[in-house]
Amino acid sequence: MAEKFDAIVVGAGPSGNAAAYTLAKSGLKVLQLERGEYPGSKNVQGAILYADALERIIPDFREDAPLERHIIEQRMWVLDDASFIGSHYRSDDFNKPPHNRYTIIRAQFDKWFSQKAQEAGVLLICETTVTDLIMDGTQVIGVRTDRLGGSIYADVVILADGVNSMLARKAGFRPELNPGDVALAVKEIHFMPEETIASRFNVSGDAGVVIEMIGKITKGMMGTGFLYTNKESLTIGVGCMLSDFKKQKISPNRLLEEMKSHPSIRPLIEGGEMKEYAAHLIPEGGYKAIPRIYGEGWLIAGDSGMFVNAVHREGSNLAMTTGRIAAETVIELAAQGKACSTKNLAAYRAKLDQSFVMKDMKKYQNLPDILHRNPQFLTTYPELLNQAAHIMLKVDGVDKKSKEKQIRSNFAHRRSLFGLVGDAYKMWRAFE
Amino acid sequence: MHIVVCIKQVPDSAQIRVHPVTNTIMRQGVPAIVNPYDLFSLEEALRLKDVHGGRVTVITMGPPQAEAALRKCIAFGADEAILVTDRAFAGADTLATSYALASAITQIGKDQAVDMVFAGKQTIDGDTAQVGPGIAKRMDLQLLTYVSQVDALDLMTRTVRVQRRAEGGVQVLTTKLPCLVTMLEGSNEMRFASMDNMFRAARYQLKVWDRVAAGIDDVGKIGLKGSPTVVSKVFAPQARTQRAEIIDTESGEPRDIALTLLSKLFTQHPKLGEAISKRAT
Repeated sequence: MAEKFDAIVVGAGPSGNAAAYTLAKSGLKVLQLERGEYPGSKNVQGAILYADALERIIPDFREDAPLERHIIEQRMWVLDDASFIGSHYRSDDFNKPPHNRYTIIRAQFDKWFSQKAQEAGVLLICETTVTDLIMDGTQVIGVRTDRLGGSIYADVVILADGVNSMLARKAGFRPELNPGDVALAVKEIHFMPEETIASRFNVSGDAGVVIEMIGKITKGMMGTGFLYTNKESLTIGVGCMLSDFKKQKISPNRLLEEMKSHPSIRPLIEGGEMKEYAAHLIPEGGYKAIPRIYGEGWLIAGDSGMFVNAVHREGSNLAMTTGRIAAETVIELAAQGKACSTKNLAAYRAKLDQSFVMKDMKKYQNLPDILHRNPQFLTTYPELLNQAAHIMLKVDGVDKKSKEKQIRSNFAHRRSLFGLVGDAYKMWRAFE
Repeated sequence: MHIVVCIKQVPDSAQIRVHPVTNTIMRQGVPAIVNPYDLFSLEEALRLKDVHGGRVTVITMGPPQAEAALRKCIAFGADEAILVTDRAFAGADTLATSYALASAITQIGKDQAVDMVFAGKQTIDGDTAQVGPGIAKRMDLQLLTYVSQVDALDLMTRTVRVQRRAEGGVQVLTTKLPCLVTMLEGSNEMRFASMDNMFRAARYQLKVWDRVAAGIDDVGKIGLKGSPTVVSKVFAPQARTQRAEIIDTESGEPRDIALTLLSKLFTQHPKLGEAISKRAT
């Protein structure tokens, strides 16, 4: 006999777990379906955990969550072929608990998060793919799975099925993914003894470092590289827009190989033993790519709703927050005895509009377009900046005033005065 | 008809790494799975149940987290699952393990007589293939190892006929029940669990037995005390440094290429060359 639940959550990633946990905690009867063998088995992320979003769901998560290192230093590198210029921000304040950011291994973290959801009362069923939404007219009333007798009913279905969201696409809630709206990221995990990480990155205990990189490593494609310190391993990866990979005909793994051999990066990962290799799509289309996220009996949360702030490398926190708010919306309606209708679920969108989620998404809505149309920000400028640093720092008998003149002329030569002013304006607009 | 299937939760050995510094096995983050060989036995037991009725009880001895492996077996269609877990079992080798399992299966039999016991051919982490036969010996069951097919089961005459893979051929054996069977890999394919069984597994309250519940009085026969096996050394196998050599076949006649290959072989293995030339003369 087909079962009926208060809510079905599709997917056991950050948004699905946040939604399922929050719903079950309030006493609702929740079923969560995950296609992977266990939660986290198919999930890929850099991965940085932003404490705030999780704290609002599980305040004492630090007690038992599998965290790798808390971040005390953020490096931003702009790379040329053989050099980098960058800024490092390191603060001992980040060493004081409660810590703000952590590196995590998703396979372990997601298992933990899901365990919490199950303890809260969620019925989790893995290795089961939701193939269709069951509709009654325009209303979603349940899901069909790939298993025999796989129809299950619920008052509301929360789609937290990730960037590809076959379900949302099949149901027509979301258009086909546009290669210009998704980044393809590849990463490797390299085993490295704790002592080597401590000495190489100048950290002790559980403190860690993240390096975010832009510049020539992406060969003019819109994207970034990253290197994170885990407890006993390093994560190194690079991601660029899928449309750029297509256009440039560069394979992502070759891009990563070349990035790893950059003279500024190679010494940091030397001696590591590669343990894991993963690739994933990241929805980076920004605000304009966000589809309809609610309707008659359904809600969309996380990557499935394109909630990623590419500029600040935030995604999992948006996933957790949208998952939580989706759940809270459903809980409120249930408490008032109201149906999960389009009209009532509009409160979900309204709440997101009031939160940092939509405010941040909106702030950078023009950035993807601007960077796309102006590849110079990722190619010419990194080169010019590195050149400038090189000219100024090389002691060679040339006076500083002449050096400054040389740098100015380099910039003007490559971008023209008009171009420089235009670029500055565009950047200001993008970050306004 | 009552069938007991013995399973083990094992680390997915395809994903195991050896710590480069300490030389110990890194279990962290390595997924735990049902020993793949056990699944062929479970599926065969389920098929027998489909045809002859009755019930299938799954049993494992292991740490509390082995619960997940049992739950999976429930999803596939097993009726009951028993986790035999006790600190006293720690450090057990195959002798102590087969003692504990035989004792637990005897307890199960008190509830409903056990007609057949299935076990995996071997595990992927220990690879000994000793526990199944050990249980059969202790319980005085007919032992059928490396079975590729259960041909016929007659509950009236209480006989079973199986095909057993043997060196150089297939043996067709008939024996009396109760018996213990270990299935050969590839002999069947595990079914895809139904949604109802997935729900049942997710909600199933499995039985947890400690040493006493498993009917074991003599602690000298279980755990480390009951295990004569001594692990003298653990080491990671070294990757072969020797690289394959590629002989260019683009240029030259097949005869020349063959000669090049032979001369290389004989240079590297002088004794082989001697033996062949001796035989030729």
